[in-house]
Amino acid sequence: MAIFLNKDSKVLVQGMTGSEGTKHTRRMLASGTNIVGGVNPRKAGQSVDFDGTQVPVFGSVAEGMAATGADVTVIFVPPKFCKDAVIEAIDAEIGLAVVITEGIPVHDTAVFWAHAGAKGNKTRIIGPNCPGLITPGQSNAGIIPADITKPGRIGLVSKSGTLTYQMMYELRDIGFSSAVGIGGDPIIGTTHIDALAAFEADPDTDAIVMIGEIGGDAEERAAEFIKDNVSKPVVGYVAGFTAPEGKTMGHAGAIVSGSSGTAAAKKEALEAVGVKVGKTPSETAKLVRELF
Amino acid sequence: MDLFEYQAKQLFAEYGVPVPQGKVASTAAEARAIAEEFAAAGKPRVVVKAQVKTGGRGKAGGVKVAEGPEDAQAKAEQILGMDIKGHTVHRVLVEEASDIAEEYYFSFLLDRANRTFLSICSAEGGVEIEEVAVSNPDAVAKIAVDPLTGAPADVAAEIVKAGKLPQAAAEGAAEVITKLWDAFVGKDATLVEVNPLILTKDGRVVALDGKVTLDENAEFRQDLESLTFPEEGDPLEVAAKEKGLNYVKLDGEVGIIGNGAGLVMSTLDVVAYAGEAHGNVKPANFLDIGGGASAEVMANGLEIILGDPAVKSVFVNVFGGITACDAVANGIVQALEMLEGRGEDVSKPLVVRLDGNNAELGRDILTKRAHPAVRQVDTMDGAAAQAAELAAK
Repeated sequence: MAIFLNKDSKVLVQGMTGSEGTKHTRRMLASGTNIVGGVNPRKAGQSVDFDGTQVPVFGSVAEGMAATGADVTVIFVPPKFCKDAVIEAIDAEIGLAVVITEGIPVHDTAVFWAHAGAKGNKTRIIGPNCPGLITPGQSNAGIIPADITKPGRIGLVSKSGTLTYQMMYELRDIGFSSAVGIGGDPIIGTTHIDALAAFEADPDTDAIVMIGEIGGDAEERAAEFIKDNVSKPVVGYVAGFTAPEGKTMGHAGAIVSGSSGTAAAKKEALEAVGVKVGKTPSETAKLVRELF
Repeated sequence: MDLFEYQAKQLFAEYGVPVPQGKVASTAAEARAIAEEFAAAGKPRVVVKAQVKTGGRGKAGGVKVAEGPEDAQAKAEQILGMDIKGHTVHRVLVEEASDIAEEYYFSFLLDRANRTFLSICSAEGGVEIEEVAVSNPDAVAKIAVDPLTGAPADVAAEIVKAGKLPQAAAEGAAEVITKLWDAFVGKDATLVEVNPLILTKDGRVVALDGKVTLDENAEFRQDLESLTFPEEGDPLEVAAKEKGLNYVKLDGEVGIIGNGAGLVMSTLDVVAYAGEAHGNVKPANFLDIGGGASAEVMANGLEIILGDPAVKSVFVNVFGGITACDAVANGIVQALEMLEGRGEDVSKPLVVRLDGNNAELGRDILTKRAHPAVRQVDTMDGAAAQAAELAAK
């Protein structure tokens, strides 16, 4: 089962012929992802060789879907052109669009998110500025290293890439059903809540790890959701307890403004609904370990 | 990136939003000259306003009315160089005084929770809007703005109505709102705030103040460079930015380098916790060198951190995911050689923690190189403790 992505997923890559796209398409193929094509209007009809695997290039997402039955697209298109790439994926009504691209202006994200809504939310958007998602042993859509963990029964949702990897690695003996990196931008498609709901419904997931960071109130809203809707055990971690107010910490969304967005407030909200929150990544891993 | 008030007003004027006439001065003599121009135009009364990127200027004495050029010079002398909440005043805005009949509040901002934009409008302006929202929530209207349709006349009229602005100001305010939306989108702003938006005694709606935050991700299509001043920010932050590094100066003693924003934030926490047992030493900076962690980026990062006189020890915390640890270890070795080649002093202790792919291989490389400054600890918590201990010595 797993969430959002499984062995049957057929994956397109928008921006496959760019340097990041090529590098990560090779990695995704190596980890067993069924990559059915790339999208680049200027190279339509060609194919790209990845260590002996020929991957066709289509002129558009719609063409790629018609030819292959693709249901997932992973987007590596540079910031300048990314909004149009996401809108193209939404208009083609593909089921899942994973936007890896970092550095997209928030006005562009707001527009493609509103566009997805206007089109009836037929496309689930993950990201932007995220590492993507992986269902270990089945499929990998994005840039998460596939060989740091194995299949298992923990579900993970995280704003941060490297903290995701760190946690997957620390708990590799238990393994993961799916791990979803939702990204740290101020506006993102799939939220903690969406992933929590999916993990709650997933029979292959026994426990959920939720990694947040300073900024916004997504963790507080997730806590509210957990209270009434999640019966599986959730372990949380929030990065940025010592971050000063008014300084942006790497992610565009990671900033404490005024009294809102602090790690302490997020921890408190999560603990109030029974989520155990680790003080450090290693303590968080230990709390998860106690569940298995 | 936040703008100064005068920059915000220039931006507003570019989009046709009425603002008081004014010019910026960095000396009292310049302030006087500007006031003389106003006096010659029959407007002897001016306002001298400190240009700092923080609130509460008025209370701090950073905004003063001046009667004529001589007074403007005197007021500018008082204000220039003033410290307002840690911000030194380098410039003052000298502008014509306005005849205020009423003060309102208006802003466009990002609504993260609802993944859209929001307008906030209130007839109670000129005061802290957060306070009004608490004391009199009905007086503050919050209206979502669809990014696909924006704020044309009908939407603007609706916002004005919801904010309960009086009839006399309704038309003018709606026009201003539509223009501010154009500025908000056109300049890739994440905040455009006018407080107060005033109705003058002769019935005009004017932006008397302006606060604008621009999205740095939009740098490829916006000119942000011309809005930035070299004196702004910490010199180390400026140097780091020139090298393309994601660096934030903090006030502790343990230099931090890591890959990935979340991991680095987490590293700051772990070091601060460890510091509690070692004389309360704290992280000296945030530095994310990204997923690749190449030798050159590592060298640039180390150079910035070692150049910080407050740094007593450095914690290099890398998780090998896409880039395996052996490549990272080679990067560290090359970085140290590069720095020594540049004549940098690399004697402050570096505590390195490598974990993830090929961690053993990476650790072996560092062990064999045996650089006197480098010591390795296998866990993040252990490494943080050692870095804190070394910084406390």
